[in-house]
Amino acid sequence: MAMAIKLSLILLLCLSSLLAPSFSLFEDQVGLMDWHQRYIGKVKHAVFHTQKAGRKRVLVSTEENVIASLDLRRGEIFWRHVLGPNDVVDKIDIALGKYVITLSSEGSILRAWNLPDGQMVWESFLSGSKYSKALLTVPSNLKVDLDSPIFVYSGGCLHAISSIDGEYLWKKDFAIESSVDVHQLILSGGSDVVHAVGVTDSSQFDTYEIDVKNGGLLKHTSASFPGGVYGEILPVSGDRFVVLDASRSVVLLITVNNGATHLQQTHVSDLIHGSSENTVILPSKLSGIFSLRTDSCIVFVKVTDEGKLNVMEKVDKTVVVSDALALSEGEQAFALVQQGDSKIELSVRLVHDMSSNHLKETVKMDHERGFVHKIFINNYVRTDRSHGFRALIVMEDHSLLLLQQGEIVWTRDDGLASVIDVTTSELPVEKIGVSVAKVEHSLFEWLKGHMLKLKGTLMLATPDEVAAIQQIRLQSSQKNKMTRDHNGFRKLLILLTRAGKLYALHTGNGRVVWSTLLQSLRTTSQQQCAGLKLRQWQVPHHHALDNNPSVLVVGRCGLSLTSPSALSIVDAYTGKELQNLGPAEHSTVQVITLPFRDSTEQQLHLLIDADKRAHLYPTTPEAASIFQRESENVYWYSVESEAGILRGYGVKKTHSSEYSFEARNLWSIVFPAESEKIIATVTRKPNEVVHTQAKVIADEDVMYKYISKNMVFVATVSPKASGPIGSATPDESVLVVYLIDTVTGRILHRMTHLGSQGPVHAVLSENWVVYHYFNLRAHRYEMSVIEIYDQSRAENKDVLKLIVGKHNLTTPVSSYSRPEVTTKSQSYFFTHSVKAISVSSTAKGITSKHLLIGTIGDQVLALDKRFVDPRRSLNPTQAEKEEGLLPLTDALPIIPQSYVTHAFKVEGLRGIETIPAKLESTSLVFAYGVDLFYTRIAPSKTYDSLTEDFNYALLLLTIVALVIAIFVTWVLSERKDLQDKWR
Amino acid sequence: MEKGKGVLGSRKWAVEFTDNSSTRDILDPPGFTRASPDQDDSSLTRQKKDAEANWKSQKAWEVAQAPFKNLMMMGFMMWMAGNTVHLFSIGITFSALWQPLSALQGVGKVFEPYKDNKVDLLAPKLLYIALNLGGMLLGVWKLNSLGLLPTHASDWVSSLSPAHEVEFSGGGAALY
Repeated sequence: MAMAIKLSLILLLCLSSLLAPSFSLFEDQVGLMDWHQRYIGKVKHAVFHTQKAGRKRVLVSTEENVIASLDLRRGEIFWRHVLGPNDVVDKIDIALGKYVITLSSEGSILRAWNLPDGQMVWESFLSGSKYSKALLTVPSNLKVDLDSPIFVYSGGCLHAISSIDGEYLWKKDFAIESSVDVHQLILSGGSDVVHAVGVTDSSQFDTYEIDVKNGGLLKHTSASFPGGVYGEILPVSGDRFVVLDASRSVVLLITVNNGATHLQQTHVSDLIHGSSENTVILPSKLSGIFSLRTDSCIVFVKVTDEGKLNVMEKVDKTVVVSDALALSEGEQAFALVQQGDSKIELSVRLVHDMSSNHLKETVKMDHERGFVHKIFINNYVRTDRSHGFRALIVMEDHSLLLLQQGEIVWTRDDGLASVIDVTTSELPVEKIGVSVAKVEHSLFEWLKGHMLKLKGTLMLATPDEVAAIQQIRLQSSQKNKMTRDHNGFRKLLILLTRAGKLYALHTGNGRVVWSTLLQSLRTTSQQQCAGLKLRQWQVPHHHALDNNPSVLVVGRCGLSLTSPSALSIVDAYTGKELQNLGPAEHSTVQVITLPFRDSTEQQLHLLIDADKRAHLYPTTPEAASIFQRESENVYWYSVESEAGILRGYGVKKTHSSEYSFEARNLWSIVFPAESEKIIATVTRKPNEVVHTQAKVIADEDVMYKYISKNMVFVATVSPKASGPIGSATPDESVLVVYLIDTVTGRILHRMTHLGSQGPVHAVLSENWVVYHYFNLRAHRYEMSVIEIYDQSRAENKDVLKLIVGKHNLTTPVSSYSRPEVTTKSQSYFFTHSVKAISVSSTAKGITSKHLLIGTIGDQVLALDKRFVDPRRSLNPTQAEKEEGLLPLTDALPIIPQSYVTHAFKVEGLRGIETIPAKLESTSLVFAYGVDLFYTRIAPSKTYDSLTEDFNYALLLLTIVALVIAIFVTWVLSERKDLQDKWR
Repeated sequence: MEKGKGVLGSRKWAVEFTDNSSTRDILDPPGFTRASPDQDDSSLTRQKKDAEANWKSQKAWEVAQAPFKNLMMMGFMMWMAGNTVHLFSIGITFSALWQPLSALQGVGKVFEPYKDNKVDLLAPKLLYIALNLGGMLLGVWKLNSLGLLPTHASDWVSSLSPAHEVEFSGGGAALY
């Protein structure tokens, strides 16, 4: 009976949600349970704009392809544009004092943005004949009457483009005559000649003088050097250039004088006494000086007028050098940053006077920020007419800091723009025993807050009080506490960034609780390390409650798949690196979290290396014995996208050592290379909870879901159609989707979509998969759903047998029993193209599901799963309507109110993570890209709790009033009784 | 109940108008025949008791048939309430279930006033019980038609958790 009542209640809920299919937000609810953080990523170039009075700003371009204008006072973003993932920003500069010029996509797109507000002013596409380096020169004081040209070298051509409207002025193609590779564009002030300096076939040095007015070639000189060159040519002064030869042991000084080119060779070992391995010329342009970096040090070399090279100074190799900054009267200054222990030393020097520091400042620096990677300097004139300097530095963890007068003015944690992986951790349990004073205080505050709220509801509040109410709601101390809450809303989001830094963010307001630069993932000069995966390592539940939870970070030191892996275990409460297991001897290509735990609640993990061997972690005898016991039923599979092969493996009985195991190949699926190419694979989330195996459909009928965690969705397209949309005709492109059991390699379902192609985004949950692709025939995006049902259980429909328990529904299932399955599928049009798809997840899996779709507009759209139900039909029967089945429509509706990101954009959206809260109705959603966004969603409304703004004071007041009323009426009735008796 | 007591006759006092002890010196009024007093005293009480028993059994039948009216009314209300689950229909259904149940519990009490050696209460009781059971059946039928009875397979498996999987498999594409 209880079950039936529950059923009907759920039905009621469904009906009520049918009336209001979207959940939406009021304006004053923004920020109550969501937060949004805007980032820009690691800065590549920075241009200061401080000349005029008014807002001082710095324009930056970053590795996340963001161009942004930052406030120099506080580091806030004035405006920002995120270019597409393929539109890499090459150069950035300011023209005419009002336009920001960006050159992107390997020099093929030139854009101008309005400096104050970031509106695009013009855009020009530059066509070239071959791939080349992209160079941008914006002349500051050209004395030619030409409407402020910009010179761009890209694609083997030199373009002159008007900075006013982006019109082409002229074009000079170098590729026609020779295969010169231009390294530098030099525009000496005041002259009307552009110098293009380059190298042909890495053995001939070429200079071209080109007329600024019409692009005519005025002069061409060349000189060959037999040794070849390494790296870039660096101009030292107007007619002198330096370059390294191919062996990296000789510095060539090139002097161009009246059409004659003079070469002079100097051995690096003559300049640097000692080791001179891996010599490079640093690209800092300092007049008359160049800097050489070797493995041991950096030297500054002055080129005298006679052409001699004099070593001026030798500094440590970790020193970072800025570009030269022109001060007044032809003076130039540059900055050096020296790394110390938990501090950095910034020194500014004048180019003509290298001997002494113009300015020297020591700044305390959190050592979790790592080394300084880049420095940009800017000057300002102090009240006493002397020069002051501010320095923008980019740290190893991608954070951006502004230093001025020996202090950090502001910091931006821009490492958070490149999140690789996300996991969560519970907060510590609240300690019992709170002081009485605190309780009284909080009680008083509580009452006060609710009285205010009551006033608000009764429309009695003054505007000030309304503001106070909003303030209380937004800054509720409850949601920011560092302890576990009853509903499970307060958690730590642990983020692994590309810089190898681990951040813990509080879900209440998104503040950084701790951050750690992982030592095992730090890139050194020998090897480049990067994080791969973040997994929960220890989640204390019952046995080890006094332990802190911890996470496992798996990284790789090197660029190839066979590079050794780096492992570290980090405490989730403090961010301390508990164990550094790396660099391990083996590589890692896959991380598998096994569903087993040891007695200290450590999760067992299997790391698969490039040689298909499995390595067990933690390396304890207990873990080994647990794994030994279960190893018969542990399998893994690999997807080789290039080869088009899926392979399944089992653990071989004979193992090489106690913690590493040989694999035995059990099955493989080879897709025909001429017709199919794997473009997407999706599995179920390993921690997904499914409430029930039965699906109740209309007329109380039951269907049994095929719920298997060992199911993978694979999408393949014909190789011709693997390019972008439009590259193949509908007849050539075929999209095939598979559902494959990964234990036995059995293909459970295969479906072909003719005339469709990728990109495919899919999500697999419970017994269904929803995927998004492009239909070439209809010229529209489509979404399809496949639901898979277990036919071997379908006979379990006899009530009596079910009552007495004579059914096979609870017996463990094996994939080797080959259960019969049936599928249902349906397709719909969908307006948006998609960046990511995810699905809401709740603690018990009872609540209905919402698909979370990251749209091309960088927003997250919640779409009820009922819209993608393959049982939808044009005319649903009465019973089906009661069940909540919607009539079939050809397109999926996009309800504006169901954007969970409401007014925000998660720029550069890459992933959407859902985390179940303890409250069954609620799912936590974290979307990341360049920005971060967090919110809570309740797909079936918060049926199990009162809303946040529930008025407890009103409830209390009502109860008190009722009690008083009861008392009064009781007294009255007593009195009346007495009177009646005396009558 | 009041009536029954009156019939049973627990008199406190009485005035005897028929004085049999006095001699008949006064003639009977004309038209008066002294026949009735001749009747037997015991036969008189028996007659009375018979009447009483008759009345009791009649009353008992009436009481036994009372739920029938109730049943009809319930049926009408159920028909009015319709087959959708809401407060009204659930309230009616539960009262329809509860009323017969409470009535069946108090079946002895209801028939106590009519308890008599001569009256056979079994038949009315059975009728009463049958009618109440009928009412209850009506309630259950209503419950079923509302879909609140676990008579379908779906009611028994809807919260059955998924079966445990023997094998575990993980993996995927190589990490980059």
